[in-house]
Amino acid sequence: MLCELVARQDEMSQASRTVSAPLDRRSFMMCALASGAALGAGEFAAPATASPSALSSMGQQTQSDAQFAVEARFYEKLANRKIKCKLCPRECNVGDKERGYCGVRENRGGVYYTLVHSRVCAAHIDPIEKKPLFHYLPGTVAFSIATAGCNVNCKFCQNWDISQSRPEQIPADFAPPQRIAAIAKQNNCPTIAYTYSEPVVFSEFLMDTADAGHQAGVRSIVVSNGYMQQDALKQAYGKMDAVKIDLKSFSESYYAKVVTGQLKPVLDTLVTLRTMGKWTEIVYLVVPTLNDSDTEFRGLAQWIKANLGPDVPLHFTQFHPEYLLKNLPITPVPTLERAKAIADAEGLHYVYIGNVPGHPAQNTYCPQCRKLLVERTGFTANSLLIRKDGTCPNCKHLIPGIWHV
Amino acid sequence: MTAAHRASRREFLRHCFTGAAALSATSALAASAQQATPGAKSRVVVAHDPQLRGAGSTVDGSRIQALLDRAVQALFDGDRSGDTPLGAWRRLIRPGERVGLKVNTLGGRGIASNLELVLAICERLQQAGIKPGDIVVWDRESAEMEHAGFKLSMGGERVQCFGTDRAGYEEDLASYGSVGSRLSKILTRHTNVLINVPVLKDHDGAGVTMALKNMYGVIHNPNKYHPNGCDPYIADLNMLPEIRSSMRLTICDATTAMYDGGPGFKPELSWKCNSLLISQDPVALDRTGWQMIERKRAEMGLKTLEAEQRPPRYIMTAADREHRLGNSDLSRIETVVL
Repeated sequence: MLCELVARQDEMSQASRTVSAPLDRRSFMMCALASGAALGAGEFAAPATASPSALSSMGQQTQSDAQFAVEARFYEKLANRKIKCKLCPRECNVGDKERGYCGVRENRGGVYYTLVHSRVCAAHIDPIEKKPLFHYLPGTVAFSIATAGCNVNCKFCQNWDISQSRPEQIPADFAPPQRIAAIAKQNNCPTIAYTYSEPVVFSEFLMDTADAGHQAGVRSIVVSNGYMQQDALKQAYGKMDAVKIDLKSFSESYYAKVVTGQLKPVLDTLVTLRTMGKWTEIVYLVVPTLNDSDTEFRGLAQWIKANLGPDVPLHFTQFHPEYLLKNLPITPVPTLERAKAIADAEGLHYVYIGNVPGHPAQNTYCPQCRKLLVERTGFTANSLLIRKDGTCPNCKHLIPGIWHV
Repeated sequence: MTAAHRASRREFLRHCFTGAAALSATSALAASAQQATPGAKSRVVVAHDPQLRGAGSTVDGSRIQALLDRAVQALFDGDRSGDTPLGAWRRLIRPGERVGLKVNTLGGRGIASNLELVLAICERLQQAGIKPGDIVVWDRESAEMEHAGFKLSMGGERVQCFGTDRAGYEEDLASYGSVGSRLSKILTRHTNVLINVPVLKDHDGAGVTMALKNMYGVIHNPNKYHPNGCDPYIADLNMLPEIRSSMRLTICDATTAMYDGGPGFKPELSWKCNSLLISQDPVALDRTGWQMIERKRAEMGLKTLEAEQRPPRYIMTAADREHRLGNSDLSRIETVVL
């Protein structure tokens, strides 16, 4: 998996150039190649060797986890060899030999271990637009990695085969931070992306890799549910250059029933990220009949404007039946357009529609003069007209984001 | 079978996990187990032998064989099953079936399903006509089984012993209610009869762990089903047809039990209960086992599980109108104490 990526160095060498002018044909083709067959498919992990059947042969040995087990951060020791995890709001009280809800952190004799440090089960070079991050280095690619595990259990999860699995159930590579950084650099990826499953649960690995990346001149971004405690948030995501948060709904009841999480900690995360000055974008996956009411869209937009400001990009993305919600239909495009219209009316400046390739709401327009600034098709940025100082070429309005390397 | 033959067969079984050749199975009368009649009382047999360990600290193989035999006969009313333990076993299984013994080894050697008990079960299964190669002793992880004292064995005509990590999980999800999980292929493909062999233990989340929670070892994502005292997850999991249709009997190992601090082994919070609980109603068995743990807790001066805010609510959920997995009402449980 990782060896293949190193060999693609020459092929991908053009893909990472950022442009402050319309993309030339070669750069466009490289981005199109990187987005591959995943156009319109959202953040599918498609891990290289993730099929559990790889372990199904009788007598085949499972991976030893010794090389991946590192003492965790963010926990407290309790009496009787129990621990309390302090990574996310679940605050799992974990007995000896048991694991937390996430399945990737284990109590061994009163010491808590992450079992997924350097344990990469998915690795791809993706266009940054696939995350989606629309206001961060458009047209570039990110070396995207994940481990097993997640601290929630969304019924619509597209990557449930790795997020809802224990690490020993999925083939993985030993890929320490320095190696990740080196691969990113060799493949001309200006960014490492922690994504696919849930990076909260591999925070230790994320932090160490971000440090290695920065030393090598490679940035880091995270695609996350934001369901974490404040201390861990500040330490782990404080190392990120940009953050994309999946805000699953604007309802505690939905978070409880469909996500098995909580809304408020995620809202707190968004506020803290703003306080920290981290570039943040929000994705709201619209699931028909469950979180698609006007009331919810309006409440969400009003909250964002009041607490984060009107310039935070908000992506309403299309749901596709998966995992435990195969009985629901794909989100109708008019529903997404209705959500966008409500958010626009509430005064948000950058509201996008995702997973609908070719929809004009994938483009970035100046909120002041409505000039088309970034044209996109699927995960490909076809043109970038924002000036080097981050302003609109027409009216000089400052367009927030990280536009150039 | 003479005593000498039984002894040599037991020794053979003890070595089965290391690859000794299998004895050919003798013929046995075919019989099938009768499931508990809906609405009827559920029978739970609690068999106790104060001399189970003899003069030492380890369980004596012949004594636990005898205890098991008495318990199984009592479960099926000795007068209907004949004069020998085999009559009772033949009511449960028939030749040609592939029988899985789902043991519990998570807690480690001190509190895992007792090896002598498992040997005793395997002995009776073979005598009842099950080929050794059609018996699978299994749990989630092979390494955990080895740490608990089991010797791995795969392939050939001997009793099999391995974890799901060697067989894998089904690709597709099995779902009911709050649960959506991949099932062990040992359950779905390697066996068609399930004999549940849990351990009587306290559990810091669920309150207690016995028959119903032992099924967490069948799925790929048990860590997702611990919130809210594992309720309703335990009940929902046991509703899966793959589990319901194959579980024939629960033999709960209460030779060593834990009254607090579970599920990991803490010797100071365990006691040598020297007992077995046997039932075809896993809810009734769990209810009975809960009572035993509460009695021991009271004896040790500990609060009830309710007072510690971790009563095993999952037991009542498993018995409710939606699930009907068994009886949790003590007035509908017939406890036979031997």
